Formats: sequence, structure tokens, C-alpha cells
Amino acid sequence: MAIIFLFQGRMSVTIPILRDPSANNKSPLTKGMAKIPAGDYKPFIEQNDQPDLHRIGSFYLDIHAVTNQDFMAFVKTNPQWSRSKVSRLNADAGYLSQWKGDFDIGDPRILQSPVTHVSWFAANAYCKWKGKRLPTQEEWEYAAGAPPKGMKKGQKLSQIILGWYEKPSPAVLPPVQSTYENVFGVFDMHGLIWEWVYDFNDNAGNLSGMENNFSCAAGSLNTSDKEDYAAYMRYAFRQGLKGNYTVADLGFRCALDTSLLKP
Amino acid sequence: MNSFSSRSGLSVAKGFLYVSLAIFVFGIGPGCNFPSSNSSSNDDTGQVVGEYTAHLTHAPQVPASLDSYRRPEKVIVNITVKEKVMRLADGVRYNFWTFGGTVPGPFIRVHEGDLVEVHLSNDPNNKMPHNIDLHAVHGPGGGADATMTVPGHTSVFQFRALNPGLFVYHCATAPVGMHIANGMYGLIFVEPREGLDPVDKEFYLMQGEIYTKGQNGDTGLQEFDMEKAIREEPEYVVFNGSVGANTGKNALHAEVGDRIRLFVGNAGPNLTCSFHVIGAIFDKVYVEGGSLINSNVQTTLIPAGGSAIVEFTCKEPGTYNIVDHSIFRAFNQGALAQLVVTGPQDKNIYSGKISDALYQPDSGTMANATPEETGPEEPDRSFADRFSEGGALFQLNCASCHQSTGLGLPGAFPPLAKSDFLMGRKDKGIGILLHGINGQPIIVNGKPFQGVMPQLPLSDDQIASLLTFVRNSWGNKSPVIQAKEVKKLRNP
Repeated sequence: MAIIFLFQGRMSVTIPILRDPSANNKSPLTKGMAKIPAGDYKPFIEQNDQPDLHRIGSFYLDIHAVTNQDFMAFVKTNPQWSRSKVSRLNADAGYLSQWKGDFDIGDPRILQSPVTHVSWFAANAYCKWKGKRLPTQEEWEYAAGAPPKGMKKGQKLSQIILGWYEKPSPAVLPPVQSTYENVFGVFDMHGLIWEWVYDFNDNAGNLSGMENNFSCAAGSLNTSDKEDYAAYMRYAFRQGLKGNYTVADLGFRCALDTSLLKP
Repeated sequence: MNSFSSRSGLSVAKGFLYVSLAIFVFGIGPGCNFPSSNSSSNDDTGQVVGEYTAHLTHAPQVPASLDSYRRPEKVIVNITVKEKVMRLADGVRYNFWTFGGTVPGPFIRVHEGDLVEVHLSNDPNNKMPHNIDLHAVHGPGGGADATMTVPGHTSVFQFRALNPGLFVYHCATAPVGMHIANGMYGLIFVEPREGLDPVDKEFYLMQGEIYTKGQNGDTGLQEFDMEKAIREEPEYVVFNGSVGANTGKNALHAEVGDRIRLFVGNAGPNLTCSFHVIGAIFDKVYVEGGSLINSNVQTTLIPAGGSAIVEFTCKEPGTYNIVDHSIFRAFNQGALAQLVVTGPQDKNIYSGKISDALYQPDSGTMANATPEETGPEEPDRSFADRFSEGGALFQLNCASCHQSTGLGLPGAFPPLAKSDFLMGRKDKGIGILLHGINGQPIIVNGKPFQGVMPQLPLSDDQIASLLTFVRNSWGNKSPVIQAKEVKKLRNP
């Protein structure tokens, strides 16, 4: 028995009903993670030589972004990732600039807030240290496309997202799990921070063979939903990034292959 | 005619290539002998001598005209993108995305041939990625690709200002329309080598639309409305970023006799501007901001993502309203700026109001419109009946001037109470009501009045009642008047 969800007309996924809630917690590695069921995903960027729908395999995803406190544990164990030790090749000068010092977060209000001002290299190293990895762009977009639990009829996810994009950044970043939980059981996929993905530079780079698509009006070519302004912004944001960049509203969460858990 | 360079872009490009080659052969340095300043040759397009940081100004100010052209220079342009909540209208705020903290962004002024180096910084507290597309650039995206910048970073790119003219710049990060609608636009003027004729005052105006969730006038912090933007139905159309940015105490100022040059841009993102200054005629318009000059223009079209330079001379003192002559935008949506001109009047050019006389359509026409002219004779009616009806007719037709007291207003409207002019008339005043009074001065109770009274579209029967009332009120006393007496005078 299963329910089929249609998300924004872009994606459909089959979720088994009566899931065993403890199924996600068999391994300590998956503590704090949600199992994202396999499903079909319609990519935002369409490519002629690819099918309309991509099959996304099942994977685990952190239910919330990595916090300052989480990241401090990583830095303490791996001091080469502290502010003063990190190579500029791996993180720019803004790295962890919201912290007071190498091993001092400072402002106690941000302990449970998402860690930001982290580079891709740092995020990648953190996930590896945890035995995990960064989610791919497709995995992230697929998981983030799921609507909030209890979303009202007629409400659009993109409207909720745009509401966040339009508001100035708050002086103190709110803690994780302070926005909405989606039907996959993950929190804050929109409305709190931008998030790194493993292949953030695929869209602009040579892997897809595409020109920079998000810097001009021609940005609407090859996209599956011209009114999904929120998606344009995410893809444009990723296009502006390099691996060592750090940004005030940019953090990350980790993913895990289901295959790694099998005995 | 003193205009922008008449050279074609192609010849400029050729010159550029030629010089590039020359540099390759001879090397770069001050020792190179290239043709000097006022030559019309383009041979020095490739060589840059000197470097300076552009002085940028916020609207409505324009940077001072550049020194006369000598040779291309390297010009550094520093712009920081800031996302900030600012006033849109009284009581209305909006989270603008800005170049340099204002809408429109700073005015950039460089010379044709200059090497422009743009440093685009995205404020660390911003949320969005941004970039800049300058229409003065030859190259993909106008610099957009080269300047895609995440918060907390600075991008740098260079371009050669090959074509003179007034160009729009804007953010071109997807979704482009939203970045423009949120305020990310401005003007760059590539001054032609020979410069422009000197003027007394230069101003910078830029029109843009704002699409808010709430309706025009809804107070509080307003959000961008994507649906309205796609439908091209803005709530606000404004000059320089907000309603009233350059009206009232923030109006532009000039003296009589000043020659004015307006650098006008239209950011859109959707609408075309019908640019007009009420009460002025542009004796020079650089059409679409390019080299073509039109003369004696009332209203000039400015496309979205386009510009115009207009010039005129202030000949008379007063307030000149600057509008998008798609006039509901000016009247209801905010597309209004003002230029206040002070100085002596010249009655030879503009008289002001000479007189204001009452306009009275031809009385014959009006009389013809009354059905009683050829209708059956009205029966006689009692004094009480006529007096009662006449009182109501007086309130409707007469009291606003002659007052309910019948005393009129001294100096303006003559009294009816104990009026020798009225009570002494042989026609009992019927002729006045039938034909009005057309301006001949009259004396009432010894006081002069400008004799103007409209002919009233009343029937014979109504005139009989009205006059019965007037001639028996406020101390007046006389017999009842019947309709047949009026009819006799109407059709003698």
C-alpha cells in the first residue's frame, strides 16, 4: 500500500504507509537522519539527451543542518580546520568568522544555529569525518521539493521559499528545526540558510556542457518551470560559488548511502 | 551639429584591432607616439594612460562633466550591492536590492575609449547572489557572467567603452526581472570624445516599476509579487526609487534661463516610458540615449532597458511636473518628479491667467431646448402654490450665489432683497431669467457689480414661480406672476 505525492507538478514519489519509525535508527550513523524514499525527480535544468524524469535512489539525509556546536566538535578533533590553521585554498578569509576564536563560538545564541561561513572543502571534510558525504544536487533538490507537513491546499512551496528570499538576513541566525518539517521528515530545507551540495558547480561547469545559464534573461531557456523563481535563485547562487568560498547564509547537511548500512 | 560621434561602431572596432597590433609590435608605454586629444582618429583606442577611480553620484545628481578628452584612461568603478529595507511611499517600506544602497544605483560617467574596471562587491549581510550587466559593454552578458558574486565577495572585470551614449546597467542574476523590479539598475554615461555642449544643470532620473503584494497605498513592509510582475501590472511606477523622491522639498531646482540636461533611464522591467516635462519642450533629445538628435520634442519614448538625454531651457518661473505621460502612472502610481524654476517672469512668453469670465453657451440654443416654447399654455396658479414651488427652485438654482438670505455677496453677487434693480424692472425680472446677463456692468442699490448671470434652462411655469418667490421674499412685495407673462416675453 502506498501513497503517491505530486510535488509542484515536478516530481512524484512513492512513500510506503505505516513506515516503521525505528527503521531509520538501526545504526547510530543514521541517528538524526531521515530515510528519503526512492522516487522520480524532474530536474529543473532540462537537457535534450536525458529523460524527463530522473530516478533518485533511496538515501539518508540529516534532518537538520550541521550546527555551530556540531562543527566545533569537528574542528577540535581536526585542528587543521580551525580558523587560523586552515589553508586559503580550502577556505577564504571569511571562514567561521561568526566565531569568536579558533575553538570558541562566542555568542551562545548560535550554538544550535546552522554553521555558516564554511567552505565546500570544510563541509566535505566534516561529512567524511562523520562517515557520511554531501548530498548531490539532485538528491538535495529532490528532498527539498517535498512540501511541508500539513501544507494547506492551494499553497505553493515556491511562495514559502520566496518569502524567505525577500526578507533581510536576521542579526542572529535562528536555530535548526525552527522552520518547517517536510513530508520526508527533514527540517529547514528552505527558509533558514542556503546549503552546499556535492556537485554545486555542475550547472555552470563542463560536466553538463552548458553555458552559464543563470546570469541573464536566457536563464529561462532549458528550465522545467519558468515560474519557479526560488529554484532560479538556488541555481544562480551555486553558480556564484567556488569550493573555498564562505558565505554568511551558506551551511550544509550530510547524506548517507543506504547501501553502506547493509551488512 | 554638435552631436555624438558619427563614427560607426565598426570603425571603432577596427581601430581597436589596429592599435592592439601596434601595442604588440611597439610595446606599451608613455613613450608611444599616438595621435593626441582632439583628433577624430580612433588610433589611440588601445592605449591606456593614467588611472583614476570614478566619482559616482546618487540620483538626481550627475558627476561633473569630464575634462576634455586626451586619451583613454583606466577608470575604476567600485559598487557594493546592498539588500536593504527602504521607504517606497509614505508608510510603505520595501526590501530593495540596490547598487550602492540607493535606487537607482550610482551614475557612472566615463569617456568613450576608456578602459573601465568594475569592482562589484556583494555585501556580506546580503542573502542573494548578484551581478551586473552594463549595456555599454561589448561581450556576453554585458559583464553578467564575469561578475556573478555571492554575498561577502567581490568580482572584478574590465571592458572598453567603445560606443558613446547613455546606457542602462542592471543586475542580471536569474530571475532577472525580480532583481530589476527590486531596484537593481542605474545609468552609465559614456561621454563622447568631443564632449557635450555645456549646460547649467544636469540631473539623473530613472523610472522603475515595483510589484507589491499589497495594493498601492497599503502600508507596512511590502513583498514582491511575482504574479503581478508576470502580468505586468505594477502597483507603483516611480522616478528615482520611491514615490515623491524628487517632488516637494526634494524637487529639482533651476533658475530662469538655465539650460537643463536630464539623463533619463527606464529600468522597466516591463513598461515603456512616455517621458514628458509638463510645460517644457525638449529642443534637443538624444533619442534612446544614442547619437541621433531630435529637436522640438514634446514627449519621448524610453524603452525598458533604455534611456534618453533631453535638453531644454527654463524660460518661465514655476513648478514643472516631470511625468510618464501614460498619465495614470503619474497620477496614481507615483511616476512624478518636479523641477522648480525661480526667477523673473517674461510675459512675452507666458502671460499667466489674463481673465476668467463665465462661459455661457448661446442662450438661443438653451431656450430652444425648453419644451414649453411651443407647448400648451400653462394654467394660472395661486400665489401660495407659486411661492412654495418658487422657494424650492430658488434653493436649487440661485441660492449658491445670491444666498438664502437674498443678500448676495458684496462685490461679487448682487442682493435680491429690496433690490432696486430687480423690483424696478418693467419685465419683473423675467428677461434676466430668460436670457441671463452677459457682462454689462450693473448698479444694484447704488453698488456696481460685474453683470454676469447664466441663462437658466427653466420652463415658463418655473420662471413664474421662481420670480413670484423672489419678488415676495426678504421684504420684497409684488403680485403673483403667471406663466403666460413669461411666455409672452420669450416669444414676443
